[in-house]
Amino acid sequence: MTEALIDIKGVKHAYQTQAGPLPVLDGLDLSVPEGGFAAVVGPSGCGKSTLTRLIAGLMTPDAGEVWLHGQQVRGPKSTVGMAFQNPVLLEWRSILKNVMLPLEIVPTRLSRRQQEDRARKLLALVGLEGFEDKRPSELSGGMRQRASLCRALVHQPEVLILDEPFGALDAFTREDLWQTMHRLKAEEPFTAVLITHDLRESIFLADEIVVLSGRPAHTQYVMDVHLKGPRDLEHLYTRESADALNILRHQIQIAQGRAPETEAAE
Amino acid sequence: MTWQKVGVPILAMAIFLALWELLVWANGWPNYKMASPSDLWPAFWKFRELFFVMGWDTLWRTVVGLMLAVVVGVGLGMVMGFSRVMRDALYPLLVGFNAIPKATVVPIVALMFVGQHDFNTILIAFMISFFPIAVSVSIGLSTLEPEYRDILRSLGASQITVFWKIALPKTLPEFFGALKVAVTLAFIGTNLMEIVSPHGRGLGALFDSGKTNSDYPLMFAVLIALAFLGIVLYYIVVALEKTFAGWAERSPT
Repeated sequence: MTEALIDIKGVKHAYQTQAGPLPVLDGLDLSVPEGGFAAVVGPSGCGKSTLTRLIAGLMTPDAGEVWLHGQQVRGPKSTVGMAFQNPVLLEWRSILKNVMLPLEIVPTRLSRRQQEDRARKLLALVGLEGFEDKRPSELSGGMRQRASLCRALVHQPEVLILDEPFGALDAFTREDLWQTMHRLKAEEPFTAVLITHDLRESIFLADEIVVLSGRPAHTQYVMDVHLKGPRDLEHLYTRESADALNILRHQIQIAQGRAPETEAAE
Repeated sequence: MTWQKVGVPILAMAIFLALWELLVWANGWPNYKMASPSDLWPAFWKFRELFFVMGWDTLWRTVVGLMLAVVVGVGLGMVMGFSRVMRDALYPLLVGFNAIPKATVVPIVALMFVGQHDFNTILIAFMISFFPIAVSVSIGLSTLEPEYRDILRSLGASQITVFWKIALPKTLPEFFGALKVAVTLAFIGTNLMEIVSPHGRGLGALFDSGKTNSDYPLMFAVLIALAFLGIVLYYIVVALEKTFAGWAERSPT
């Protein structure tokens, strides 16, 4: 395995609340090699979004270390791209101008013309050719999420952080976007961390699945997915995938504090 | 501009004036009880020069007061929108200040700055109209979803950049909504000063002199002139809104 691009070691974090400190992360480890795709699954409220904010440098942990590309993260870095469940597009800008937003912040050597070409290329890649001049309000939820992915990638970030970006979409749109992700992965050299509640999604997209325990979260289980390269949806219905899903489901139950024995007794 | 956009409001106004005329005629009211629209034009024509001079006084002082309200209102809104502590500190003060009837403030202001009529009038117009602007801007800023901030902050953008690129444009629809309310309020403020503390200037003074001379059609004509100025200013704000926040308007499909 090559040197890890994202390396998180023994991270602990607690939020200060009126009822005292609320620990959310306690001994979390995560290591993703360059070009890797890690999915993080776990029970609701186990601190998965806190993890994304730590990697993005929007927060620093109470203890432990976050490393990106051999450098410890101490603040925001322009080498990160983010997409959330809410696509948060700017309603007053066209789709093209929305995608180009990060280029207005990050120093770039591209000319204005090249920036626009880059944005158009990405939009074409996710199937939004011809929608460049539309307003976000004229697009469907799935299309807005596609545009949001383009914005996260336009400045060629090393790390793509996806915080449940497909969570609010209907099942068919979601599957379309999974395939779009594979198309993007084939064209763009990024390392990804995907937060999700959907185990099938994690198997379809990731090559490493990390199960977090209940709050305060630590790394409970890590699974390597052996389906390398682009995948078809049919892969989800193979024996291999079914076995993997069963293992993950079992791990989630342990994380939720519902051991299978107690379930059987009900 | 379609026929509907221009014709319908004009038709509605004509119907309103006709009903008014009919009401006065049917009841046989004398003009000291209620003047009819047909009395208004002669009253206006007789004092047409005064109407323009006084109308201009009212108009420019209202606009200056309103611009002051925009500057201070946006400033206060920004302070309250970005800082929880400042919001907790300033909100009760602002609400209390807003609850004071401005008619009671007029004599105080008139005494405080004796003889400064322009300043006093602008001050009252400002005091009565900045509140909705401050509240709407602070709400617009404080309800900004954290993801909007994170998108830019994660790239290393400063708070100022987040404000200019996202927070400010996103708040514009709320701001213009408040500005429409503030326009009308500023007019009330200007006239309050002109009527309660008369100094011989503005449409309020003209109204007052109509009252003193028992010229009832003149009083009604002033009311119509005020309504007219109010409509003009309101539609200027609507035009500005279309230019700067037109994106917020969804086309009906």
